[in-house]
Amino acid sequence: MKRKLFFFAVLFLALALVFGVMGCAPVDPVDDEEEVTPPDEEVDDEDVLEFDGEIKIAVTGPMTNIQGEMMWWGAEMARDEINAAGGVIIGDETYSVSLIQVETDEIMDPLGAVSAVENVIISEDPHFLIGGFRTEAVMPYTDLVARDYQKIFVICGAATNELLEGRIDEDYDTWKYLFRVTPIKSTDLVTVTILMLNDVAMAVREELGIAQPKVAILAEALEWNEALVQMAPQIFPTLGLEFVGTFRPSATASDVTTELRGIEASGAHIIYTIMSGPVGIPFGKQWGELEIPAAPVGINVEAQKSGYYPATDGFGDYDYTLNTFAKNAEITEETIPFMEQFVDLFGQLPNYNADTYSAVYILAEAAERAGTLDTDAVIEEMENTERIGAAGRLVFDENHDVVWGPGYVTAVGIQWQDGELLGAWPYEWYPDPENAPDLVVGYDGIVPYQLPPHVLEQWRE
Amino acid sequence: MLSDILVYGLMNGAVYAMLAVGFSLIFGAARIINLAHTAFFMLAAYAVFYLGFSMALHPVIAIPLAILIVVLVGVFVYYVFMEPIREHETAVLIITVAVALVFQEVILIVFGGHYRGVSNIVSGYVSPMGIRISYQYLLTMGVVSFSLLAVWLVLMKTRLGVAIRSSAQDREIANLMGMNVARIAAATMAISVALAAIAGVMVAPLYTLEPHMWLDPLVLVLAIVILGGLGSIKGSFIGALILAFIEVIVVFTMPGGAFLKVAIALAIMLVILVVRPEGLYGVYLEGER
Repeated sequence: MKRKLFFFAVLFLALALVFGVMGCAPVDPVDDEEEVTPPDEEVDDEDVLEFDGEIKIAVTGPMTNIQGEMMWWGAEMARDEINAAGGVIIGDETYSVSLIQVETDEIMDPLGAVSAVENVIISEDPHFLIGGFRTEAVMPYTDLVARDYQKIFVICGAATNELLEGRIDEDYDTWKYLFRVTPIKSTDLVTVTILMLNDVAMAVREELGIAQPKVAILAEALEWNEALVQMAPQIFPTLGLEFVGTFRPSATASDVTTELRGIEASGAHIIYTIMSGPVGIPFGKQWGELEIPAAPVGINVEAQKSGYYPATDGFGDYDYTLNTFAKNAEITEETIPFMEQFVDLFGQLPNYNADTYSAVYILAEAAERAGTLDTDAVIEEMENTERIGAAGRLVFDENHDVVWGPGYVTAVGIQWQDGELLGAWPYEWYPDPENAPDLVVGYDGIVPYQLPPHVLEQWRE
Repeated sequence: MLSDILVYGLMNGAVYAMLAVGFSLIFGAARIINLAHTAFFMLAAYAVFYLGFSMALHPVIAIPLAILIVVLVGVFVYYVFMEPIREHETAVLIITVAVALVFQEVILIVFGGHYRGVSNIVSGYVSPMGIRISYQYLLTMGVVSFSLLAVWLVLMKTRLGVAIRSSAQDREIANLMGMNVARIAAATMAISVALAAIAGVMVAPLYTLEPHMWLDPLVLVLAIVILGGLGSIKGSFIGALILAFIEVIVVFTMPGGAFLKVAIALAIMLVILVVRPEGLYGVYLEGER
């Protein structure tokens, strides 16, 4: 008995030591790089200023994942700025902005997300909601928010066209409550990634002398990218590209070596990636380590994050992905200050979900213009939104979707180059060479795209 | 393509076998269906991430330390949660699910839901027959093969192995012969968790670390041990290779449906079970054991 007790005592002490050390030491090597000040402690002005009321905004997202964190941080930044500047003036009264965090866990449990959203509406009665990441979750809970509760919801993470198309245009009164700020819709994502792909194809032609580069699609098996997977092979021939096959791993696959081997065997020079899930990390790591001789371009949400480079052990270098911002690209005069402040506060570069920042401002400004928090009046003002944000000029179309194109939000292509995440598109983009040959779009600070060195070496051999 | 299938099938099969053999071992010896088995695999992967990255320990220290910590946790879990109710198999089953969920939530609280990667122990690759195989994969295969051989030697050539096998054949008789069945079960649990931990630390550099990473392997492990025959170590090994080869064949022959690889592997498992309900090397009736 004594031996047993002694054993348990030693074991308990050992475990206490291990978990104690875990609790005391930092766990995230990315977070170690910079001292991060919790934003809640940053702004004390809120305590000093007095407000007549508060505008409650619920932020819905997978809060233990980076997408949810980015949504929350972007919203926090906007809230703190608005409150520090005196709040939102509605009629004769001044309102503060307050945020409610809603953990939807929509990556793992899309159906549970619906309950989480309904719960916050019933218990907290927020004025507005923002967020949403996985279409499989956002589709049912926007249904709930608009149809059952008539609340304004600004989507800040899901790209599927059908979240707005086919709803607002067909039954405005039911669906008018829905808007999308970020990202641009799926079909626009296709357009941008195809433009990026064209840049890569030109680089392959010029630097490798291959007239008709071959392209393989590597797309996770999820609803949001179905349109892209179907459309892309039809577009490739118009760009002088040969389509060699589609590979569709699970979004949560932890090993894609067999898929990469298949891509290599297909003779592809370019991999058109369409991934939002964790599969992006093993892809980057295994692609780089095995020196697969095909240049990746497209969407890899994991590659938009500061942590991608260490997570792939540096092998993800030269991955080229779409994003909303780039730290070196001055899309508008707001971009660089926004990026710098975000990094100062949170120690990481923002990804597209962080434009909840703009969503909070758009809601606050619309309420201020409307002079009321009445939903219909705020919707009317939101439809007239004209805002210069960090991602571009924000205007909504007839489906309440953020307008994409030159002079509006264009999105950017970002590439890891020697461990730095840099904007590489649009460098010299001619949006309409036939009708407006002089119109060239390129943001200050954008750098030219670079083919991965191992791709160059292997095809030259 | 045949050489691709052969190489990748063997590589994936080795890791699956490592997990499945450990699962089979504890079931065979103690009739414990340990659904937390792959949670120990996850725990080991996170432990090596923590020790190697945040505490900057050299892999030579971090890896054995991670395995040791996880084995201690495994033995602790066995003594505190499983041993007192070991005769109630269904209760043990539920307890193991609860333990796995606790591990998942602890990982989520400590590390967040971020997807993380661990540095390779060895970088680079070789390309025999034009197939690129990373050194890390080769190292993993080597360690897995060595570990499985070591387990076989322990089971076949040591007194502990004889005791485990006796207990697996008939616990009551083993008990009557003077063996401490509870202690044998604890030792088996330690070996089983050690196998999961070794798999975890070796594949940590190959996989993405996230708090739900134990779920997919659990489905595969269950499929493998059912296919191979519950409690049969040889069956687990063969079952692992079969499922791994099916997966690889699916990816190479229908790349557009690569995400279906697990579903197709499980469907084929069902077909085999219809023909042979006891699995490849299992016993048809419990009384045969």
